[in-house]
Amino acid sequence: MLLITCPWCGPRDETEYHYGGQAHVPHPETPADLTDEQWAAYVFYRDNPKGPFAERWMHGTGCRRWFNVLRDTATYEVLTTYRLDEPRPGGNR
Amino acid sequence: MTPRPLPEHPDFLWRDPEPRSSYDVVIVGAGGHGLATAYYLAENHGISNVAVLEKGWLAGGNMARNTTIIRSNYLRDESAAIYEHALKLWERLPEELDYDFLFSQRGVLNLAHTPQDVREGMRRVNANRLNGVDAEWLTPDQVAEVCPILNVSPCTRYPVLGGTFQPRAGIAKHDHVAWALARRADELGVDLIQGCEVTGFLKDGDRVVGVETDRGRIHAGRVGLAAAGHSSVLAERAGVRLPVQSHPLQALVSELHEPVHPTVVMSNHVHVYVSQAHKGELVMGAGVDSYNGYGQRGSFHVIERQMAAAVELFPVFARAHVLRTWGGIVDVTPDASPIIGRTPVEGLYVNCGWGTGGFKATPAAGWTFAHTLATGEPHPLNAPFALERFTTGALIDEHGAAAVAH
Ligand SMILES: Cc1cc2nc3c(=O)[nH]c(=O)nc-3n(C[C@H](O)[C@H](O)[C@H](O)COP(=O)(O)OP(=O)(O)OC[C@H]3O[C@@H](n4cnc5c(N)ncnc54)[C@H](O)[C@@H]3O)c2cc1C
Ligand SMILES: [Zn+2]
Repeated sequence: MLLITCPWCGPRDETEYHYGGQAHVPHPETPADLTDEQWAAYVFYRDNPKGPFAERWMHGTGCRRWFNVLRDTATYEVLTTYRLDEPRPGGNR
Repeated sequence: MTPRPLPEHPDFLWRDPEPRSSYDVVIVGAGGHGLATAYYLAENHGISNVAVLEKGWLAGGNMARNTTIIRSNYLRDESAAIYEHALKLWERLPEELDYDFLFSQRGVLNLAHTPQDVREGMRRVNANRLNGVDAEWLTPDQVAEVCPILNVSPCTRYPVLGGTFQPRAGIAKHDHVAWALARRADELGVDLIQGCEVTGFLKDGDRVVGVETDRGRIHAGRVGLAAAGHSSVLAERAGVRLPVQSHPLQALVSELHEPVHPTVVMSNHVHVYVSQAHKGELVMGAGVDSYNGYGQRGSFHVIERQMAAAVELFPVFARAHVLRTWGGIVDVTPDASPIIGRTPVEGLYVNCGWGTGGFKATPAAGWTFAHTLATGEPHPLNAPFALERFTTGALIDEHGAAAVAH
């Protein structure tokens, strides 16, 4: 089981959280101007790396707040966790 | 159900050739789908100058990790057509391949535990019948007749309110299916090359003309990806983005028991699916882990939940022991349907996104992917499953019939 550190509550078991997929996916700034391809990319396409991945988690049975986790999808190591308003540590988005 | 002896492990089923420098078609991934594609390329299209490249060992991926459930009771017309084509192929393959891989049509029950499950199940039975797929709606008493060890009492946490039943559905021995396909593909001239990882692609302008591997470059007229959990990692190296997410999915088996479980039982709602293997193990699958992962193992708490559900549904399992657990990596699409067809890169074709349920489709995936690779055009059965559907919006939503029960 993963041990994930909520930025507000500290380290808790994975079962306290809810997974929310890729982090840092901005809503299109000018939705009316998007082509079908651009809409498809926004709605259906997400990164799927084998390695470090920035993703969202929600502390469902704790503070109920969303935050970001940088996790390695190959080793399952939780590299770091950070608030939604913070940039991805180490850059790369 | 009388236990049948397992087929003999055949001695040498296929040659072990060195990769040649060029082929008409190179297929990446020697799981069931890659092998079936190679077989049908040779058998249906006369194209046998084909290599199947496998980074590990033949069928070492999801092919020999799945819970072997075969059925065709999907909701949408497009899905019913392709999965029913697969089931018809399954029904003739043992004879065609001259190999008894213990395809056993013992039926599949999909349980309903909520009023909404009941409505969904009845709707699917009607849709199945309109599509020529055998399907029945069973009351709880009828469910108990089909599978007497199921607890259909109204006093459980999620009582069984009924279920759909497909009598022609069943299970097969998955590794033997792979060996049967491999042997025949090899006889027809296909090179099956294990321990050969594809690391990149050879391009001529915008066109893929071969692959880079850890055993050198191999040129190809066309390249077909059948890499299941790793399809997006691989496609990305050719500059193609796929709308799939890779998740761990796990299963487990008990020690051997006398025959107690005559059919296959699945429940989407409490997320367990159970059959009894020919030798006697209870084979149980769980739900996917929620997060993306490539670790080929699943989370313990998922198994805990699944076992609690299993013991409530099957009180006789309470004292069975788990013998081993394992995981595979499945590639899941937004509409829980596969992608089979062209990619934006010329010469590169993809068969992926079968998620948690692609074993049952093995022959049809091979049949249609071979057609696409041979002709450059989709077969009518896989045309709706093109990558373009995520742009046009013509999704084939099978979350009810596909995710995550098999
Ligand atoms: C626990 C579990 C239970 C399941 N239960 C069922 C079920 O009951 N019924 C059902 O219908 N489906 C089930 N599935 C799903 C089913 O197993 C898959 O959808 C199906 O096997 C995928 O097609 P495949 O057989 O070709 O994939 P795989 O057997 O995974 O083949 C892909 C191959 O590609 C190889 N590969 C990857 N990258 C490279 C590379 N770069 N170079 C060379 N080779 C590469 C891999 O090593 C692998 O052997 C289950 C899956 C799991 C994990
Ligand atoms: Zn918290």
